[in-house]
Amino acid sequence: MSALALLFRRELALAWSGGGGPLLALGFYATIIGLLPFAGPPPERLAGVASGIVWVILALATLLSIERMFERDFEDGALDLLMLGRTPTEAVAAVKCLAHWIAVGVPLALAAPLAAISLGAAPAMAPMILATGLAGGLAFAFVGGLGAALAIGSRRGGLIIAVIVLPLLTPAVLFGGDALYALGVGAPWQSGLLLLIAYALAAAAVCPFAAAAACRNAAS
Amino acid sequence: MISRLAVEDLAIERGERRLFAHLGLELAGGEAVALTGANGAGKTSLLRAIAGFIRPVCGQIGFAGPRGPLDADEARRSDLHLVGHQDGLKSGRIAREELLFQAGWTGASEAAALAAAERLGLGRVLRLAVRHLSAGQRRRLALARLIASPRSLWLLDEPLAPLDSQHRALFGELMAAHLDGGGLVLAAVHDPLPIAARTVELGA
Repeated sequence: MSALALLFRRELALAWSGGGGPLLALGFYATIIGLLPFAGPPPERLAGVASGIVWVILALATLLSIERMFERDFEDGALDLLMLGRTPTEAVAAVKCLAHWIAVGVPLALAAPLAAISLGAAPAMAPMILATGLAGGLAFAFVGGLGAALAIGSRRGGLIIAVIVLPLLTPAVLFGGDALYALGVGAPWQSGLLLLIAYALAAAAVCPFAAAAACRNAAS
Repeated sequence: MISRLAVEDLAIERGERRLFAHLGLELAGGEAVALTGANGAGKTSLLRAIAGFIRPVCGQIGFAGPRGPLDADEARRSDLHLVGHQDGLKSGRIAREELLFQAGWTGASEAAALAAAERLGLGRVLRLAVRHLSAGQRRRLALARLIASPRSLWLLDEPLAPLDSQHRALFGELMAAHLDGGGLVLAAVHDPLPIAARTVELGA
């Protein structure tokens, strides 16, 4: 088996074992969604913003589990081993982010339409919520991975990652929210979705390089 | 293949403190060096500098093969093992999975990894979770990748510390076999290595 496939399988196994990353993220997601109706707005007003809200909470739920991505390998010394293989550290970072998207981002994206509909969004919005959830989740995983690499070795890494990463996610939230809003009012939604996909692909192309540099800095 | 390691005029600083300067060290194929020195003398930092993690303040670290100098980054990624204090094992995972990952990541086949574990007397503990292994068993599990995936230069940081006398002797045999095959061993130690080794003292 190639080294990258080996790493990918390990990352998936680590995401699912011990603490159950995806289940925890889904639980967090469900809890916040469940709290929202109690916050006071009349149901019809909540229904109007439901699709946008579930989308922003998706970003938070992704960040919740991304903190350990590099930190656990740094703590137990496995990061040294990962950086001493034939595989470039950039590829290691990319595989880690991709595995996180598969393990956590995709389940969250699948849950997002359900969450939105339960808050009162029109069922016709479901495919768009899923599409923006998948593309946005890819961006969250890669930008979040960069944040996780920058926060290696710091206590309270989760908060640092949120502070670093959330501003960088502004374009993704903007584009995805635009696509959802446009579909809701019957305007053309294609540009928003395409810009979101473009942002996600750009993040996937750039972030592994920055994350690898952050890993090298942490190992020195 | 690395057949010579040359460290010239090396100086390393950690957090504004100079650990050592003007360090010279030569290591040829078939040779073992025991790196000694007080706590904080810079043994681990020297190993990490040779592995490419720490950038020295000045000096050179060069790798050469039988046909001349090698590209340092390429040599490090393909022909060097570093086993440090931390074994890189995930305590929640099964020992066998971690062995296959560590050995496979450095290029070994599954069969080679399992054979190495057998050689190190780990056959019966591979089905346990890593957190249920003793310190010595964990260390042997980490050392198994040295045997499973042949790489010339072994950088070892206190490799024997948690091992019992029987396994120290066993690992001595494995190091001797590695040296016989033209390998190089640089080990930071407090106790003497169980093989013939030149001693280099840091901070002397």
